[in-house]
Amino acid sequence: MAGKPKLHYTRGRGKMESIRWLLAAAGVEFEEEFIEKKEDLEKLRNDGSLLFQQVPMVEIDGMKMVQTRAILCYIAGKYNLYGKDLKERAWIDMYVEGTTDLMGMIMALPFQAADVKEKNIALITERATTRYFPVYEKALKDHGQDYLVGNKLSWADIHLLEAILMTEELKSDILSAFPLLQVSDHLISAWNVTHTFHCPALKAR
Amino acid sequence: MSGKPRLTYINGRGRMESIRWLLAAAGVEFEEVFLQTREQLLKLGQDGSLLFQQVPMVEIDGMKLVQTRAILNYIAGKYNLYGKDLKERALIDMYVEGMADLYDIIMNHDFKPANEKEKDLANIMDKATNRYLPVFEKVLKDHGHDFLVGNKLSKADVSLLENILWLEELKPDALAKFPLLQSFKARMSNMPNIKKFLQPGSAKKPLIQEKDIPNVMAIFH
Repeated sequence: MAGKPKLHYTRGRGKMESIRWLLAAAGVEFEEEFIEKKEDLEKLRNDGSLLFQQVPMVEIDGMKMVQTRAILCYIAGKYNLYGKDLKERAWIDMYVEGTTDLMGMIMALPFQAADVKEKNIALITERATTRYFPVYEKALKDHGQDYLVGNKLSWADIHLLEAILMTEELKSDILSAFPLLQVSDHLISAWNVTHTFHCPALKAR
Repeated sequence: MSGKPRLTYINGRGRMESIRWLLAAAGVEFEEVFLQTREQLLKLGQDGSLLFQQVPMVEIDGMKLVQTRAILNYIAGKYNLYGKDLKERALIDMYVEGMADLYDIIMNHDFKPANEKEKDLANIMDKATNRYLPVFEKVLKDHGHDFLVGNKLSKADVSLLENILWLEELKPDALAKFPLLQSFKARMSNMPNIKKFLQPGSAKKPLIQEKDIPNVMAIFH
């Protein structure tokens, strides 16, 4: 057994992408087993590997973990990306829930009819620039540090970076009003460029 | 200032009810501020009290916490309802996240149009009895303990009880096939803090009444 975490999901981003990002940012190599057809999913269900019959599922440290947030919380905790105490964790949780809501809206787009999709892209752009990004810009401005919480890289920074890149794919100039987010974009990319670019799953953008 | 946590939401269950449950289970008294109009919600958003302009919001320990999960995690961590280590926390998180998925469909049931209600209820019961409840029945069976994780009360148990009780409100025999969940429910309901919360006059909110639905929709949309 390799000892590396093993990810079970389809080949696309979906709910597994945030997990890939967090493992990559933590410098943890992982394996992936892709669900290519319905039979693959049925097999996982039938052999009792999926607690609620759903993926993502990550085999890690002897557990078969399911539920995206549970998996992310475990990885963040294990690799010291979850703050130093309860209060820092609360801030990280709040920031992550915000970016989760934003990314959730974007992830739903491919499954929508063209007219609904167009309306939602406008809504996403509005929410990103009036509800979400101002919060993170202000956080960085107020304390003047490089990272969102506790002057140290955390899950919140990785998740924000992912959300920024995802929103930029929709509208490339989305950060035009957010100078500090632009800097953090590059800062974190630079910090972990070795890990990020060595991870084949994230390369395919 | 009383020092008690202060909850800001509508006077109804929604996304705040899990937080009321957890505080009650932890034996923590709290105050509540009820929003009655959209204007009140917008005003709070404008004065910087709501990080993402949304409720629930809980004032606790000098912070204005938002986002249901962030609030629940903080309370669970503070009052030792989150397991003793990372692995117990992982189990608690998995169980709670599964139940959150179930809770979402339960919570939205009241807001379905009349002609969709029956089908929606059938879907809820199907998911509950085939996907979620069997998992927790099995967990309790496999280890034989009173609580889901680590032989100690955690937010997973509180979440399970909350969901079970709401399911029974929708369909009284929801637990018919789950003997261990029935005894879990009886045991949990008898714990002093929870027993108090289940009594009339507590902060536990009733099911929303049909006549109040338009007003709630107007506040949030």
